[in-house]
Amino acid sequence: MDWSRTYDVLVVGGGNAGLCAALSARRAGASVLLLESSPRELRGGNSRHTRNLRCMHVQPADVLTEAYPEEEYWEDLCKVTGGQTNEALARMVIRRSATCRPWMSRYGVRFQPSLGGTLHLSRTNAFFLGGGKALVNAYYRAAEALGVDVAYGAEVRELELEGSRFLSAGVSVKGFRHRARARTLVAAAGGFQANTAWLREAWGPAADNFIIRGTPYDDGTVLKLLSGAGMRTVGDPTQGHAVAIDARAPRFDGGIVTRVDCVSLGIVVNEHAARFYDEGEDFWPKRYAIWGRLVARQPDQIAYAIIDAKMPGTFVPPVFPPVEAPTIRELAAALRLEPAALERTVEDFNRAVRPGAFDHAVLDGCATEGLSPPKSHWARRLDTPPFSAYPLRPGITFTYLGLAVDERARVLAGDGRPSDNVFAAGEIMAGNILGKGYLAGIGMTIGTVFGTIAGEEAARHAAP
Amino acid sequence: MRPPDTLPRELAAEGERVMRLCNACRYCEGFCAVFPALERRLSFAEADLVYLANLCHNCGECWYACQYAPPHEFELAFSRTLAQIRAVSYQQNARPRALAGLMRHGGRAAAWLSAAGLLLFLALELARGGTGGLVAPHPDAAGAFHAQISHGAMVAVFLTAGLWAAAALALGLAAFWRQTGERPGDVVASRAAAQGFWDALRLRYLDGGGGGCAYPDEVPSQARRWLHHLTVAGFGLCFASTSVAAIYHYGLALPAPYPLLSLPVVLGTLGGGGLLLGPAGLLWLKLRRNPAIVDPAQTGLDVGFLVLLQLAAGTGLLLMALRQTAAMGTLLALHLGLVLALFVTMPYGKFVHAVYRYAALVRYALEQRRPRPRFGSE
Repeated sequence: MDWSRTYDVLVVGGGNAGLCAALSARRAGASVLLLESSPRELRGGNSRHTRNLRCMHVQPADVLTEAYPEEEYWEDLCKVTGGQTNEALARMVIRRSATCRPWMSRYGVRFQPSLGGTLHLSRTNAFFLGGGKALVNAYYRAAEALGVDVAYGAEVRELELEGSRFLSAGVSVKGFRHRARARTLVAAAGGFQANTAWLREAWGPAADNFIIRGTPYDDGTVLKLLSGAGMRTVGDPTQGHAVAIDARAPRFDGGIVTRVDCVSLGIVVNEHAARFYDEGEDFWPKRYAIWGRLVARQPDQIAYAIIDAKMPGTFVPPVFPPVEAPTIRELAAALRLEPAALERTVEDFNRAVRPGAFDHAVLDGCATEGLSPPKSHWARRLDTPPFSAYPLRPGITFTYLGLAVDERARVLAGDGRPSDNVFAAGEIMAGNILGKGYLAGIGMTIGTVFGTIAGEEAARHAAP
Repeated sequence: MRPPDTLPRELAAEGERVMRLCNACRYCEGFCAVFPALERRLSFAEADLVYLANLCHNCGECWYACQYAPPHEFELAFSRTLAQIRAVSYQQNARPRALAGLMRHGGRAAAWLSAAGLLLFLALELARGGTGGLVAPHPDAAGAFHAQISHGAMVAVFLTAGLWAAAALALGLAAFWRQTGERPGDVVASRAAAQGFWDALRLRYLDGGGGGCAYPDEVPSQARRWLHHLTVAGFGLCFASTSVAAIYHYGLALPAPYPLLSLPVVLGTLGGGGLLLGPAGLLWLKLRRNPAIVDPAQTGLDVGFLVLLQLAAGTGLLLMALRQTAAMGTLLALHLGLVLALFVTMPYGKFVHAVYRYAALVRYALEQRRPRPRFGSE
């Protein structure tokens, strides 16, 4: 990169959204500098851990089966967000999701049919061959080939603005300060979930028990700088994409392998050995994203998913081996739960299970009766030793507090008027569409759609 | 040196660890056969690790795509771990077991055996014609080679070496197959065997899921696949040339050497060309590959085999070109010595990868016919 130069477009953030912005801006003829705060080996932000994007389609298309029309997509989004979404922006994302794949393929992204064990997603989600890091690698190769300048280990420390107009950015690279000048800014620097102090501000001490599923580099600096400069924000700082993951996961960056997919098969108890939510409410892909918050609200933010010997082999095996014991009493001891309490919980559950034909592929009739909370589907007695348990903690994928934008990806100033030359894409503005809840694969859709729009708009604005 | 009966404990533990990670992730499922095969499993015993390791081509596709590759704290180096397991499995299945140690010294073993082969054939030539016969110029006439070395001696040496290699490789294949626990006959006589043979021959999974593998660097490429095809084709053509020559000799009573446009010479020349260019390309790629994805301990094994192929082919072509000169006698001994070393080291060198890859692909084909475990939770 050339720090003495004034670029047309400065992209802050080298994940999917930033790369899409850089590629589309460069393609439109703009000179582009992309700043990625991580070292090269860990580039790509949370996109490194993704695997698909959710696409609208009216008929079977390449890797996607059947059809997923706009209305159904919209209804799915309304269900998870409880209506907390910006309909105009959401519908624009949904419609444009239909044409993302050819654009992505042009820059080297390869697709594949849905992965094994993801039957419920084959209709709605297009999977990247090799996952998100392969996608990120393809985009960086394409960006370099097109002449996008990329700086790794480049952290934005300060932004110079005049009103809502961007002028330049103070950047630290390997301990040295530089000034990046550009006619436009695309903020694509992710949420603030890796900033534990900020999380604690929002959640209180409970945040200390949260695990960050993705990149440790999403510290929210750019979000804070822009909101501090008077840009309008959307969303609640406690809202985000949060799932229940294995409590033994690394503090950061554990990604997909820390998933525990047996919640709907067994029961989940808190540290008092009490159940607290209907484990079989709906299919796991439709429910996994509520369990992060559920566990976050339990004492000490810990829970335990318990299954018996009938269940291994029917769900994707978690990365860490379970805690195992021949009896519920001994399992409780191994988990440091009150043995009598866990025995009582399991006995109550077993007694409440009504006979039915178990089928994990459909919403079957195996339910409990007279139990609170109930288990509505896939309820089978825990009666076959050995018993296994996986400890669970809230795993934060990304936070939803973000920059308010319009349909041209322009960031809105405090007075609601769009900035001349500041654009946003990806997790940093996903809160416009996701007020709460999560729909598998929509993060990458938002990043791709808004990234390409931000890149095009920035290039157009910078053009003489 | 006695080969280990089991994988070193740390290697088996690391193998299980990386399999657990990959089985929980599954993002690489579309790249090759290794990932769908591991996804059928919930636990990874030594036999599973050996099978999976021999399905792997050691391209870099999964390394570059891996969200857990170093510097991530999981330090997942899948292809390198599999390469290490594969190396041990080569030794475990080498027969007779006393010679398994040669695997660790692939390059040196090939060099010593080549020298021994050269001396053997020089001695045979001296026995036949004395020092005068060895350096005399030769008329390009039928039977000129056998004026140097008696046809009987040549056949006796190569028949012994060929049978030795075939028997050792067959025993290795049997040992590998026993470890899988599959039905004994299925490895050679089944629909899966036909499928496995065809998949091995066309390098079906050296394709990165379509469009080529990340080898030698990050950019998907078909280079290694085509260079390997060129090498195998060269090997096959040389074998065909020898077979046709045998038919000429015994069936048509036409002794070597043959005219330049005869079938054995044309096949041998094309084959020799393939064996020079294919390995040269593979060596070039090997020089440029990412050290993070390979097991450096195996470079000798790989390079030894490729260079031996080139030397055998190169001396063969040279022999053809100079067969009327005084160098013919020495070149003949050199060429035959190298070919002998190639045969004898086949069961103790890189060539075994073909046998075990084939067997692993047969097992993969067998498994593909069985129902997949149903993970309905997602």
